[in-house]
Formats: sequence, structure tokens, C-alpha cells
Amino acid sequence: MAVVTGTGSDTRNPIARLWGNKKARSVIVQIVTMAVVFGVLALLYRNVVVNLAAIGKEFSFDFLNAPSAYDITFSPFIEYNSRSTHLRAAAVGILNTLLVASCGIVLATVMGFIMGVLRLSKNWLVNRTVYCFLEFTRNVPVLLHILFIHGLVVTQLPVPKQAMNFADSFFLTNRGFFFPAPVPEAGFWIVATVFAISVVFVIAFGRWAKKVQDETGRTYPVFWISTGAIVAATAVAFLAAGMPLSWEAPALKGFNFKGGVAIKPEFIALWLALSYYTSCFIAEIVRAGILAVSYGQTEAAYAVGLRPNRTLQLIIIPQALRVIVPPLASQYLNLTKNSSLAIAIGYMDVVATIGGISLMQTGKEMETMMIVMLTYLVFSLIIAGFMNWYNKKMALVER
Amino acid sequence: MKPIHAIAAAAAVAALALSAAATAGTLDDVKARGVLRCVVSTGIPGFAYPDANGVWKGFDIDFCRATAAAVLGDPKKIKEVTATGKTRFTLLNAGEGDVLWRNTTITFSRDVGVKLRFHGVNYYDGQGFMVKKSAGIKSATELDGASICIQTGTTTELNLADYFHSNNMKYEAVTIETNDEARQNYVAGRCDVYTTDASGLAATRSTFANPDDHVILPEIISKEPLGPATRQGDAQWSDIITWVLNATITAEEKGITQANLDDMKNSKDPEVLRLLGVEGNQGKELGLSKDWAYNIIKAVGNYGEIFERNIGVKTPIGLERGLNALWTNGGLQYSPPFR
Amino acid sequence: MAEATQAYEVGRHPELPPPRSEVGVLGWLKHNLFSSPFNVVLTLLVVWFLWTVIPPLFEWMVLNSVWTADTRKECWARMAVPEDGACWAFIKGRIQLFIYGFYPHPLRWRVNLSFVLLVLAIVPVLYDKLPGRKYALWYAAAFPFIAGWLLVGGFGLTPVDTDQFGGILLTLIIGVTGISFSLPIGILLALGRRSTMLVPRVLCVLFIEFIRGVPLITLLFVAATMLNYFLPPGTVFDLLVRVLIMVTLFSAAYIAEVVRGGLQAIPRGQFEAADSLGLTYFQAHLTIVLPQALKISIPGIVNTFIGLYKDTTLVLIIGMLDPLGIGRASLADPVWLGLAREVYIFVALFFFICCFSMSRYSLYLERKLHTGHNY
Repeated sequence: MAVVTGTGSDTRNPIARLWGNKKARSVIVQIVTMAVVFGVLALLYRNVVVNLAAIGKEFSFDFLNAPSAYDITFSPFIEYNSRSTHLRAAAVGILNTLLVASCGIVLATVMGFIMGVLRLSKNWLVNRTVYCFLEFTRNVPVLLHILFIHGLVVTQLPVPKQAMNFADSFFLTNRGFFFPAPVPEAGFWIVATVFAISVVFVIAFGRWAKKVQDETGRTYPVFWISTGAIVAATAVAFLAAGMPLSWEAPALKGFNFKGGVAIKPEFIALWLALSYYTSCFIAEIVRAGILAVSYGQTEAAYAVGLRPNRTLQLIIIPQALRVIVPPLASQYLNLTKNSSLAIAIGYMDVVATIGGISLMQTGKEMETMMIVMLTYLVFSLIIAGFMNWYNKKMALVER
Repeated sequence: MKPIHAIAAAAAVAALALSAAATAGTLDDVKARGVLRCVVSTGIPGFAYPDANGVWKGFDIDFCRATAAAVLGDPKKIKEVTATGKTRFTLLNAGEGDVLWRNTTITFSRDVGVKLRFHGVNYYDGQGFMVKKSAGIKSATELDGASICIQTGTTTELNLADYFHSNNMKYEAVTIETNDEARQNYVAGRCDVYTTDASGLAATRSTFANPDDHVILPEIISKEPLGPATRQGDAQWSDIITWVLNATITAEEKGITQANLDDMKNSKDPEVLRLLGVEGNQGKELGLSKDWAYNIIKAVGNYGEIFERNIGVKTPIGLERGLNALWTNGGLQYSPPFR
Repeated sequence: MAEATQAYEVGRHPELPPPRSEVGVLGWLKHNLFSSPFNVVLTLLVVWFLWTVIPPLFEWMVLNSVWTADTRKECWARMAVPEDGACWAFIKGRIQLFIYGFYPHPLRWRVNLSFVLLVLAIVPVLYDKLPGRKYALWYAAAFPFIAGWLLVGGFGLTPVDTDQFGGILLTLIIGVTGISFSLPIGILLALGRRSTMLVPRVLCVLFIEFIRGVPLITLLFVAATMLNYFLPPGTVFDLLVRVLIMVTLFSAAYIAEVVRGGLQAIPRGQFEAADSLGLTYFQAHLTIVLPQALKISIPGIVNTFIGLYKDTTLVLIIGMLDPLGIGRASLADPVWLGLAREVYIFVALFFFICCFSMSRYSLYLERKLHTGHNY
């Protein structure tokens, strides 16, 4: 309907006239929509109340304070045992989801970039192999990949008694990767303080060096100076304080390795599977991003005398990133959401703990599912927010 | 057109698929429908699985068929509503199934909290442990510090946590969703121990190339009475399920089998005659036909026959009767009299 | 080879064949595999990787495989070493179950007919040079309803309950329904998200971001167990319908984002031109904006469909038996226990074939639609 502005000549009835006015119509439509939405929501709410009352269930989160009565062995961040509450079980699950998602995002990005570049390699064999791998991986459901990698990890790695042994302190078995745990002793705080101070110094130095470069064009070997400063300062402090750190090596006692730090095979399998599955999508994004940078840019860079690796670093990648980053965000989201399949191989994420065993024990579908969904929504918002921020930072500043 | 309208339209389309839920008694519904809908598992060795032709078989399925034979006179008139451990109670409570024959442990919280009605025990199970013979373990009390594979979704995790806590032992729990993955973990040595219900252990053990390399430890750490469930508040339907199960047990006790069924109609035992509908009026009192129990036994046989056919020693599963022997043979299967 | 001593006038040297190291197999190897030390390392790594992976896999899958057996024991007995090969007999014996699920045997012609009709419906969608494509497209749009009638029955056909659907049939039903209904809903959501009116825009954003923010399995779980809490007391409706609605809404949210990207790529001038012609919102969108935006979004849409198709396996979490679910249920058959690997490989191959063809098609479209410069 075209906008009718002549009001005086309009002889239609008031309602038709109101409808003819674009603004008024928009307001009416919006009010009606709101009313319908709230009406539906109210109806749904009423239904929930009536239905829950009918089967004698009540909506409450009180069960979160009851003991969970089940064990979760993989809880790297907080203390947990079967006497802990459901709330704590949920926290363990949420942290485990967070752990595998963040590790997965890092590894998927690295693998994705490597494979994206290899896809463009002139080496026929490499190019084709990566292509076959990408196509096969992308076109098979992720659940099967998770099961497959888990199967590989569990069946191909040795049992603890035949552990792959590296210097009697690192052990690789199908029950996990065990390595010595650092145990700080008295005086370790000196080393920590020196380390913190040197990091602060390095950051300040980096800013100063950049400022100098912007103003005068002089460059410093910032990387080497920074690394040197941190390593040297910390090492000196460490020696001066009398090496206040000991290592607790894992050792085979009874059924399992005791002591040290353990990375469980379930985590390794889920982490690897999610990473390489997602990295295949990232590889395609990276490839498209690099191809999107016109070849003239490379030629121009060569013409002004930049070496190939500097060209890649300073010219190609920054421009490609602008194309790469936005779709990357949704891959990160997918990886996080796909981690919800963890229970298939026994990694205790949020779906397996509060959304799985706790749900089964308490029968609180509504409440536990709300917690699970909220967890993922918050993760998604964080990822989306971060990627938007990064995208803005990288965006082309147009004049 | 607003998106919300589209959603409303979609909802309207969906509404076409709506149907009024059961308002009459379940028995009337089943008779009117002509098909019995059993909530069954998505696959438990020996208890419920599809054969190559897509026909469901197994211990639980046979009880479903027995129910259909009693109610509809035809064991083929069943429909399997497959459910996972998480969805089974909801499906039943939402009226998408008439009865749950799905390897379900009777517990207080399920009976009272989830608002189900349980009707006797068709299989007495208990959680056990399986270890490799080479480990040289003789008792579950030697398992301190072991890695234990658990198949999740049942009461298994809780029993295990309680057992180790009360015996002051530590363990590494590897909680896995399906039997296949848990089995693989155990075989590959990811776990020292595999724990689930003893029937499941036996089934898993039967899959190994050398079953004798694995031993099931003597400790049974929990009571897992598995039984059928229905919705609360339908006394007649509850009675039917209860007495279908009892009929199979009594039939075994009285020696009535699929083979001698017709001869037994001439038995001198009044209880047999009442059971088979030759005398008395028990079928009608249940709201069923006179020969309801006759139909059950004709269709699937007595309790012992069902057991031996699906999970007994002659099957690959190879379970002993154990607790599930008749009370007269030292077991727990005991039916109230048909009187 | 010309003699080294022979002298030529400047510019009169005959053209020599290229050095042998630059052409033929050797040249190809040199240029493609061993052009730099780094490439040599890469090549060797890849060769080593392929050498360790492919022969054992081939041995297990093909050479040592057994195709006829009635039980697992028999299958393993036929191998030189038990478990040394794939026991395809298990899959072969159950192929019908994998395809049709529990669909009644005498009525399976209806499934077959639906498969044929599906192919007929897909062809005009895929190839735009077909004569009479316009009518064929109408048929394609009607296909979900025709197939729905054929499969579910009613109106003259014997009704079949939806919980007897399973296997590949179930995957196709969820996939095709999700694909055909999520596109229109997704377009509406995308338009709603770009609306100038606040209320519809906020609603669409909330809906899209909510759906995109949670895993599909939680939505499926809600559909299976909690949806009835939100419905008027006493209503029960088909589990498959509930799952279809959830899957459709899920992929609609993703389609909406893809289409929004397409809409954003349309220059403002197009909208302004439409306005200046006096076209209404609907006229402008239907005839000018959407055709262009959709064309740009097609690769993204196809990729979303591939994702949706792969995600259909997740219905096994709520007890529906897709190919993977059928496989797992079959593994509970006492005589076949313990053959999970065969099932997983079979299901992986099935999905690979379907999704790979879709992604090839998407690539073909991308090339066709790519009218800019190629490097």
C-alpha cells in the first residue's frame, strides 16, 4: 500500500484511514503482535502450571542442594565427590564443557589454518590428501567422529602396565596422559612475583617500541627482548630463591597411575574429534579467505621489496582475516554445541551431569534442561560478543 | 506477514495432528484401538531387539506379547514404542504407551515420585562386576583404585558410588552411554572393571571371543527388581498387567507349557482349570475373555519358557535362572494363587 | 640431443625438447611433490601416513571381510583370525531394516514410490534447464505433502503409524521435511530481523539467537519429553511431528542468518529503485530483493541443509531409530552382539554419500553463480 498523505480528501471510514497511515498501521501491527505473543506465553505458562499440578510435580530448584550421589572422576577445577550437591555436579559439568570447548576452539583454529593453507599447496599429493580428508570428515555426522577417535585412543594406546614411558615421568596410556605435577615450596612466591613484574615490563616495553616505530620508524627486536627478559628474570629469581619447586612424578600403583597430572582419554578423544571436525570447516573458510585477497596485493608487496613471509604476515593474512573472522564465529559456536555429545564416550560435560544423571535421579526435566540451555546460551553470547569485538577491531578503516 | 504468523500457521498445521488423549480406561482404549502399545527399549541384548525382518524379540517383548494375547487374543497385535532411559517415563505418562515393559528397576522414587504403578517383578537383577581373569581378582573388595566402566542412564552410578563410599574405597568412574562403547573400553583395558546389571554383564561376556577369560565377581551390590509399569489411577489395567505376569509364573509352577496346554485343560487341579478358563469366571472379572491365560501360554509359553527362549543357558546370553527360579526351586519367582 | 659443438647463428637455434627432468612423470613428480625441502618432508609424511592407514583398513574392510553368515560366531569362524575382518553379513542381512525401519512389509511399495517421487522432485530443483521446469517446481513444492500422504496413509490408504518409520526412511523424512519447510520460515525470519518495526525485529532476533545458541539435542529432548507440559492438558500429538517441528525451527534459524547475509549484500539502490517504482513491501521483496538475495545465499543454504541432514542422527537420543539407532538396536540381537564397528562404518558411508553429493552440488552452483573474476 502506497503511503497516503492527503488527509483532507480521504473519505474512507476512520478505521480504513488509520490502516492507510503507514505509521499508525505499524503501531497497530506491533501492538497486536505483542498482545498475541504475551497471550501465547501466558497460555503456555498456565498449561505448565496445570500440567505439573496434574502429575504432582512442582517447579523448584531445591533439588540442587541435595546430594548428587554419583561420582564424576574428571573434575580438574573443583573438588567433587558423590556426597556433593547437584549444584556442584552442574558446576563440574559446566566447567568441563568450557574446558573442552575452549581447548577445542584453539586446536581447531590452528588445524584449520594449517589445512586451509595445505589445501592451497602446490604439492599435489598433500593437496589431494587434505582434500579427501576434508570432504570425508565434513560429510559424516560428528557423533561418528567422536566414537571413532575414542575407539582409536582406547584401543591403540597401551594399557597402564605397558605404558609408553618418557624419562620415567611422562606416561602415555589408554587411561590418559600422565605427567609430573609442579609442587611449589616455600619461597616460590618470589619467583612468581618476579615473573609477574617481568610480564608487566614486557607489555610496557612492547607499547613503547610500537610508539617509537610509529613516530620514528625505528624497530626493535621486540620478540627476542621480551622473551629474554621474562626467561632470564624468572630463571635468576628461581636460582636465587633456591629452586623452590619440586615435581611430583606419576607412578603406577595398583590399577592406575597415582600422582602427577592426568589428562583423561575421554577428554583427549572428544577434544581431538571436535577439533578436527570443526577444523575442516575452518580450513574451507581460511582457503576462501586467502583466495579472496587479490593477487595484486602480493605483487604490490613484492614490488615494494617485502620478502614472501613478511608479505604473508603483513599483507595477506590481515586482509584475509576480515573475510575469515565472521564465519569463524559460527564454527566456534558449533564446536561448543557439538561438545554436548560428550556422554557418548563418557566425558562428563554439562549435558552428561546435570542434564543426564541428575535429571534421571530427580526427574526434574524442566529445571535441569533450563540450566543446560542457559549454559549454552551464555557460552554462545560470550563467543559471539568476543568475535564481534575482534571483527570490529580487524575491520577495514574506510576513509 | 509476520514471522509470528508463520509460527502460528505452523502450529495450526501441527494441531491437525493433535488427538484427544486417553480419557476412558486404558483397557477400553486398547480394545478400541486393536493394538497394544508397549514402551520398550531401543535395544538391550536378550531383552528387546529387532531381528533381521524388523520383528522385535526378547524377554520384555515376549511379556508385551503375552499382554496383547490376554487383552486382544492375538500376540501379534503389539506396537513397540522405543524409548531411551531418559524418555521412557515421560512417554508412558504422556499416554504414548499403554504399558512399560522395559527393563525398569522398581524404586521408591519411581513408584511414588514419578507417579508410576509397578506390578510385580519379571526379572530379579542386581548390579555386578566383571573383570579379566588375568587380573587375578576374586572379590569386589580388591577393587580399590580401579577404573570402572559404567553404562549410564540407570541406577548404576548411584549403587556404585554408595558401594565404594561405604567400603571406603576409591575408583575412577568412566560413565558411558551405550553398552557397545563401554564394552570396547573394557576390552581395550581402559577400565579394569565393567559394571552393570548381572544380566547385562552376562550378555556382554557372551560377545567376547573367549568368554572364559572374564569372570563375574561374586558380589552383587544392588537389588534391581525389573518390572512392568503403568500410569497411576487405572486400577483395572493395573490388575491385568499384574495377573498377566502371575499367569506365566503360575503356569510354570503348575507345569503348563505351550506343548501340553490343551491336555492341561483336562487337568484335575482346580487352579489350572480356573487359570485356563475351563472353570470359574476370572477372565470376565478382569474385563478380559474367558481364555485370556490360555492365550498367553499359547502365544509365549510359561515364565520358564520365556526365560529359556530369550536369555537362558542355551541362548548366547546364557543366564542361569538363579533368583529367577521358582520359589519351589530356591528362587524368588512366586505368584499369588489364582483363587 | 644436438651436438654441443655445433654452432648456430644467433636466433637460429632449433627448439629443443624440454629437459627430461621437467616433463613426464619425473617432471610432474619434481614440480608437484618435491619442489622444495619442505615439500619433500610433507610428501614423505603423507606417503607414510597413507601407507600406515590404507592397507590395514583395506584388509579389514575388503580382503578379510565376510559377506555370508548367520551369526557373529559363524562370521568370525570364517576368518583366519577372529575379528580380523569386517562382518558385512550382519549389515547385509539387515539392509531392509536399515532402509525401511519397521514399515509394514506389504506396504513397502509406498516407501519405494516415495523414493522415486523424491528423485523426480529433486531433479527440477537441481537443474534449471529442464523443459517445463515451472510445473515441475510446483510438483516439487507439493512433494512433501504427497509423500506424507503416501507414507502415513489415510484418505484411502492403510494408515501406518509414524513410530514404525525408521532407518534411512526416517532420515529422509526428517531431512526433506526440515529442508522444505525451514526455507520459507527462514526467509520470513530473515525479513523479520531486518524489519523496521521494533516488535517483530526483537522477536525474530530473540528466536534466532535462542535456537542458534542451544544444541539440537536439548531441543529434541524438549520435544520428546517436555513439550506436552506446554500444551493444553490432555493433548498428545505424534512424536515424529514434534521432532519435525523442532528440526524445522532449528534449521530455519540458521537459514535465516544465511538469507540475512544475502539480503545485506543487496545494494541499497535496489530497494530505492523498487520504492521509486511505487512497489509495496511485498512486491518489492518478491520480485526484486529476494530473487537476488536467495541466489547469493544458495551455497550457504545448501551447507545448512547438509548440516541439518547430518544432525538427523541425533534423534536416536530420544529413542527414534534412524540408521545409527537401527544399527545399535540390531547390535542387541544376542547372536550378533559386538559388531559396532561395522554399523558405524556403514552409517558413516551412507551419510558421506548423501552429504558429499549435496556439497558437490553446492560447489557446482557456486561456480555457476560466480560471475566475477577468477584467479
